[in-house]
Amino acid sequence: MINLQVNNKPYTVDAPPQMPLLWVLRDMLGLTGTKFGCGMAQCGACTIHLNGEAVRACVTPLSRAVGQPITTIEGLSSDNNHPLQRAWLQEDVLQCGYCQSGQLMSAAVLLRENPNPTDDDIDHAMSGNICRCGTYPRIRKAIHLAAQLQREGGKS
Amino acid sequence: MSTTKGYSRRKFLQTTTVFSGGLLIPFFVSAGAKKMALLDVLGGGAATAEDTSAIAFAPNAYLGIGRDNTIHIILAHVEMGQGIWTTLSMLIAEELDCDFTKMKIGHAPPAAPYIHPLFGIQITGGSSTTWSEFDRYRKAGATARALLVTAAAQQWGVAPETCSTDDGYVIHGDQKLAYGALADAAAKLPPPADIPLKEAGDWKYIGKGVKRLDTPEKINGTAKFGMDVQFPGLLTALVLRAPVFGAKMKSFDDSKTKAVSGVRKVVAVPSGVAVIGDHYWAVKQGRDVLQVEWDIDPALAFDTKQQWAAYRKLAEQPGASAAKAGDVVAGLSGAVSKIEAEYTLPYLAHACMEPMNCTVKITGDKCEIWTGTQMPGIDQGNAAKVLGFKPDQVEVHTMFLGGGFGRRATGQSDFVVEAVEVAKASGEAVKTVWSREDDMRGGYYRPAFMHKVQIGLGPDKMPVAWLHRIVGQSIMEGTPFEAGVQNGIDGASVEGVNDSPYMKHVPHHSVELHSPKNKVPVLWWRSVGHTHTAFVMETMIDELAHAAGKDPVAYRKLLLKEHPRPLAALTMAADKAGWGKPLPAGRFRGVAVHDSFGSAVAQVAEVSVDKKGQVKVHRVVCAIECGLAVNPGGVIAQMESGIVFGLTALLYGNISIEQGRVQQRNFHDYRMVRMHETPQIEVYIVPSAEKMGGAGEPGVPPLAPAVINAVYAATGKRIRQLPLDPAKLLKV
Amino acid sequence: MKLLFKGTRLLPVYGVCVAAAVSVAAAGIKPRNEHKVLPEKAFTVRSLSAADSAASQAAFMDVYKVLMSPRCMNCHPSGEAPLQGDDSHPHVMDVARGKDGKGMYALKCANCHQPENVPGANMPPGNPNWHLPPADMKMVFEGKTPRQLALQLKDPKQNGHKTMQQLIEHVSHDSLVLWGWNPGEGRTLPPLSHAVFAARFKEWVATGAVAPK
Repeated sequence: MINLQVNNKPYTVDAPPQMPLLWVLRDMLGLTGTKFGCGMAQCGACTIHLNGEAVRACVTPLSRAVGQPITTIEGLSSDNNHPLQRAWLQEDVLQCGYCQSGQLMSAAVLLRENPNPTDDDIDHAMSGNICRCGTYPRIRKAIHLAAQLQREGGKS
Repeated sequence: MSTTKGYSRRKFLQTTTVFSGGLLIPFFVSAGAKKMALLDVLGGGAATAEDTSAIAFAPNAYLGIGRDNTIHIILAHVEMGQGIWTTLSMLIAEELDCDFTKMKIGHAPPAAPYIHPLFGIQITGGSSTTWSEFDRYRKAGATARALLVTAAAQQWGVAPETCSTDDGYVIHGDQKLAYGALADAAAKLPPPADIPLKEAGDWKYIGKGVKRLDTPEKINGTAKFGMDVQFPGLLTALVLRAPVFGAKMKSFDDSKTKAVSGVRKVVAVPSGVAVIGDHYWAVKQGRDVLQVEWDIDPALAFDTKQQWAAYRKLAEQPGASAAKAGDVVAGLSGAVSKIEAEYTLPYLAHACMEPMNCTVKITGDKCEIWTGTQMPGIDQGNAAKVLGFKPDQVEVHTMFLGGGFGRRATGQSDFVVEAVEVAKASGEAVKTVWSREDDMRGGYYRPAFMHKVQIGLGPDKMPVAWLHRIVGQSIMEGTPFEAGVQNGIDGASVEGVNDSPYMKHVPHHSVELHSPKNKVPVLWWRSVGHTHTAFVMETMIDELAHAAGKDPVAYRKLLLKEHPRPLAALTMAADKAGWGKPLPAGRFRGVAVHDSFGSAVAQVAEVSVDKKGQVKVHRVVCAIECGLAVNPGGVIAQMESGIVFGLTALLYGNISIEQGRVQQRNFHDYRMVRMHETPQIEVYIVPSAEKMGGAGEPGVPPLAPAVINAVYAATGKRIRQLPLDPAKLLKV
Repeated sequence: MKLLFKGTRLLPVYGVCVAAAVSVAAAGIKPRNEHKVLPEKAFTVRSLSAADSAASQAAFMDVYKVLMSPRCMNCHPSGEAPLQGDDSHPHVMDVARGKDGKGMYALKCANCHQPENVPGANMPPGNPNWHLPPADMKMVFEGKTPRQLALQLKDPKQNGHKTMQQLIEHVSHDSLVLWGWNPGEGRTLPPLSHAVFAARFKEWVATGAVAPK
């Protein structure tokens, strides 16, 4: 039995320690917002926060998560009110939406560490997340907008 | 006199009656069918007087109104990223005057009212949803509004003409009634015979657009894609399929597989061996140690190189005629000079972000299917055949599609049929999942194509003769769409060449097709034949412009002067890109314009080429002439999307085969364009009153030729083989 | 100086070299912590015989072959992005070094690279301390000539303020260096075994750490 803390809730799972977190989250905990895209850390669809870092759940063994807080897309905000989610709505970013959980989780780390990212910063943060629909131009715009929303939110 | 043979997919689907009920579109359906449709989609129970959330009023199959004011919208087309969740709902809202926040939207089950108004089957494809549903969905909203207004007017004892509507209310003077409060009364009224639609000048949303309605659930993980289907007792399966297309399983040894914790069953199915268990990780580990012996016919174990050699031989021979004028042989021999070119364009995988998957639960004489599909009705029929059921014993729940691009529209329903086989063989409710590797190697590719082109120029350096031979597998042959192959011509193989506006002006021309067969499954891939024909035509035209000593834009304008739509797109793209104006050192421009799916799209690409031959696309300026842009933001998104999709194919797209085995496995060797490789993209919509065209696909075809023409401007090298090989651009 | 040895003759020759290196080390090199005090002097003051110099350069040429192999060079790039694969192409996710050499934002090394190699071909290779040299001490291998690389390795201002003894320690025992010889499925190994590499490195140091001309 392994104890996990996901989105501030405790879980106990009976799974082998080398099982990728992705399948624990999806198939055992029913948290299907984190997506399966490649299984080899190529596409970023499975990006979650492990101790605040944007890890790829498909290659991260369960053992690495013990004692570390996990946040998935379901826990990014309580009501779609994260600056990124608001910006995603405003800029009509997504198309099919399958990759967007991962895109948002990656962008959230970028914004936390760099409240005013440049286009280069966005490239260096987001190029690990593939979007087959090609929503990149709007992801870029929305990250800039979210940075602005975050700054404005901080002031008020 | 120019003649064009062969049918485009659209034409075929318009005229064929292969699929029953195709051309009879029952707008108003029987009460039973309405209930079936609405309740299936929305998962509701029977409406009772006490049930305030029930749908009390369903004036047609596309729309229902609940007593709680919920507007239920049932989509005849599926959401795979192209935005119809929003656009179709917006069409209803335009006429219904309802509150977007009260909408509950769902995909339709397979049923007659949801058959494509022109294609005759229930399909999302051909970049056709918006223009084909423009009237039907507006009428659905208008009908409901008229009945609600009548119900309110009767209640108030006033003339319906004196009532107005706004945001979910019928209004008369100071009085207003919510739609939900009128639903029961409206349901009792007879439907009006004909409903006038709003004049264009009164449109609130059409031509302006609204924010995507599927965003909220797709930014917090609650949207359900096929992959996300879960219910108690559901198991997961991975199928070990033949390593070579067409090979058969001889025997298997599952002793190691069954020892893996979480693996429950191993069953043989026609496509291979299915490992079934508690979760993906268990069945993946189980499949990794499954031993299968395959019977591989040596003839199936071919290499891509051999295939090109065979195609080259075919291209030497005359093929089936797809278009013909004058005497091309005489025209070529009388030409002042000639240009000859051979193009090779590889197999391409769709690589949807959501790998293929399908969930099946068989209970007695009933089968339920949950999947993301572009053709739920075809899948229903194919699933029924596997089980010996009638189609109505199979219920299809269409989930959100994590990308489609044509892959989720197979006439054979490969991924659905296989999942039904797995459920049938195992006796379990099973979600059959494809790994990325399965998805990449599972076939249904854009066919590999060779084009051989010979063009003769006259004394004015303009083309007088054009012999164009195309070699590649037919998409429609051997499928339920076989009727689309006429006189040896699969329209999807030649579209964009045989009907090219340029070709019509060449007095002697011949477009010929060879459709060799092999076991590699092929399929439509976003923009279908135009994926390869636009590349060949638009790079050839560029070459002809240079041969004539003319500017590539000016040359095209000359040839397109009788073709206003591509001409308008070209003119706008060139102007906005600053064509002819100086660029920063090391940057070069290229242009392409192509008509497909009822729209003309022109793109100007700005590129640089580094010492290693690496091409960087800095900027793409795009103009589309699509007639009325119902949801302009959606059109722009589709152009951006098409540009990234086209660039991915140009730079990286290549499925190659050795010894019958697909060489690529995952995104590391079948790469996708990423954020840092995405150019700055500007999209302009040509204001137009022309017939409405599509947007989902037409953005793809011009990208590769625009970039390659820019690469020519940069390097003087003509690239005729994709994907782009930087080694060919090295300076020597 | 050209490479002295060809592949098939390496092992017997090395047997001698390793022995020589050990004896030299025993005779001439002070214990690690004492040695720290005046590291450069210890090597630069000592006068070298012509034979020592030749041997030292020869040893370094072997070290160089290893350092320039993809398993080592890919994380010692000339630019800001790590390299990938046996063809040393830029890391396709546009990964940037970052200040501490551990990547940036959502593309930190450890977001994909686990404490161990993930099993399977082309899966992310792993190490608990997967990183590039930090931004203030880039220790570039890519594009360096043997001489440039040798001088850089010897220069504490460029080598992470390491003494030669610490460098020997690093190449002999650092787990990330050792990863190069356990790189996961499908990746080629450096051209020499780790034991030979470490021995040749020691020999290079022991014979004066002469930079090839």
